[in-house]
Amino acid sequence: MANDPSLDVKQLVREERRKNLFKKTGIYAFIFLGALTMLAPFLWMIATSLKMPGEVFSYQKPWWYDWVPTSFVWQNYVKAWRIVPFARFYLNSIIVVVLTTLGQVTTSAFAAYAFARLRFPGRDKIFFAYLATMMIPGAVTMIPVFILLQELGWIDSYKAVILPGIFTAYGTFMLRQFFLTLPKDLEDAAKIDGCSYFGIFWRILLPLSKPALATLTTFTFMGSWMNFMWPLIVLNSHEKFTLPVGLAYFQSLHNTDWTLLMAGSLMMILPILLLFIFNQRYFVEGIKLSGIKG
Amino acid sequence: MGQGFQLKDSTKEALAGYGFLLPNFIGFLVFTSIPVLASLALSFMKVDLISSPKIFKLVWFENFRQLFRDPYFWKYCWNTVVLMMAIPFSLAGSLILALALNQKLKGIVIFRTIYFLPTICSGVAIYVLWRLIYNSDFGVLNTLIAKFGALLHLPLKGPNWLTDEAWAKPALIIMGIWQSVGGYNMILYLAALQGVPRDLYEAAEIDGANSWQKFWAVTWPQISPTTFFIATMSIIGGFQAGFDPAYIMTGGGPNGATTTIIYYIYNNAFEWQQMGYAAAISWVLFLVILAITIVKWKMFGKLVHY
Repeated sequence: MANDPSLDVKQLVREERRKNLFKKTGIYAFIFLGALTMLAPFLWMIATSLKMPGEVFSYQKPWWYDWVPTSFVWQNYVKAWRIVPFARFYLNSIIVVVLTTLGQVTTSAFAAYAFARLRFPGRDKIFFAYLATMMIPGAVTMIPVFILLQELGWIDSYKAVILPGIFTAYGTFMLRQFFLTLPKDLEDAAKIDGCSYFGIFWRILLPLSKPALATLTTFTFMGSWMNFMWPLIVLNSHEKFTLPVGLAYFQSLHNTDWTLLMAGSLMMILPILLLFIFNQRYFVEGIKLSGIKG
Repeated sequence: MGQGFQLKDSTKEALAGYGFLLPNFIGFLVFTSIPVLASLALSFMKVDLISSPKIFKLVWFENFRQLFRDPYFWKYCWNTVVLMMAIPFSLAGSLILALALNQKLKGIVIFRTIYFLPTICSGVAIYVLWRLIYNSDFGVLNTLIAKFGALLHLPLKGPNWLTDEAWAKPALIIMGIWQSVGGYNMILYLAALQGVPRDLYEAAEIDGANSWQKFWAVTWPQISPTTFFIATMSIIGGFQAGFDPAYIMTGGGPNGATTTIIYYIYNNAFEWQQMGYAAAISWVLFLVILAITIVKWKMFGKLVHY
């Protein structure tokens, strides 16, 4: 037996290290397999979008055939773009999403400032009403809002898609919670210097709230870009369709053109993907914020 | 100065408050709070928007009476609940992924991004994609199953995923798990895991606990508020879910197997012009969600460990 105690320690450390390495390899393998499962449908989507229409069906072909674009038919993208007015859908989506997001962030920030910092009669009651509506399913308000828009003659217009999407209690609630976490001293000092309420809001509160505003912007943008049901309900004419409705319409017309369908779907996902990759941190923060409120 | 008339500071503040609130508040009234009341009123009416003049006829509880006798309503309620089978799997998967990603390993951020992709992209495009994946003759899933069978010299053949009444719901559930497992819930779990105090693990180690015991004695109770939050939010979401994927992938079929409550509301209101009936269903849905929310509030303090 070794009399030198350091030998024991060394062996222990080595064993520990080996155990750790083993554990790490296992975890990596697990994470890697999981990631592969997540990615597989996307890989298949890309591969399919680049095939010749006749090449898609692959019973007699090797197993990897489905996953690798063997031919690069970029023409599919051009074709999908031509068959339905994809450019038009894109433009419609951009108009709707930008205006919805702008409206949502602006009005929510205003209201959140009022709720978080200003005292006025009825404030807490109104805020409670906002909170209470947050759990009402969209299906409840959908029908009366539709009837209202019809009475106004706004069905089949951008307004009908944009306006109801702007006013969510969630945006106001989230920004209010964030404003409450900011220190008040700066605002008090500004008030003493004679700064107006709008000045305080614009020059002090907003610059401090950039992360929260970015989070709300990202979430609203994404939700609005993907929103399918409401535009489907209020839009009738093809040239006003947003991308999701346009893609559904495209599918109903070209049910069997897989290559084109995949090309079209990829084009719809792409902007969201870019937004996510560049704004990832705001996603993560926003999710954590929404988790705290429970 | 010296105008003789000055507003009190508190009045000024109140005016400013109303001013800032106003734009949002008008929208809130027009698109949320008044419609909620209007919807309640509609649920007691027969509505016909096509005839001219439009008809709004008060029928009191007729819609609700019809609803409780409507076998389709109950069938679609059942569908909605069955589709929520995805929730426990997705929740467990999210936790396992979060546990794996919580290790201090290189390249974790890349994996987190990859796991998030299905959630980020969820929407019509993904449903179009999965409709093709599930295609019974040429979809990649059944191709894989057949090739796997060939490997084992078995004549394996995948089911008609979206056109077989027995398989349509499992198909949507599998897709739902794929879509949600690495998304919001995993991020919430990651945040929760990072919030578990280290000294609790150290204490458990001193007591000689292995990883499995540490998980059940420390991690699981510590993250129980998150689990509870995710579970209730998923159930509330689950009751309102199912329109987009079913509309794109199955049209609510086969034989109504994938029609959910929200889809039935849509059909009644916007396909069949039964707006009063649709409003009544939406209120039943609302009451169910309200009940769950109340249970959530009541239970939150009792069930979970802080």
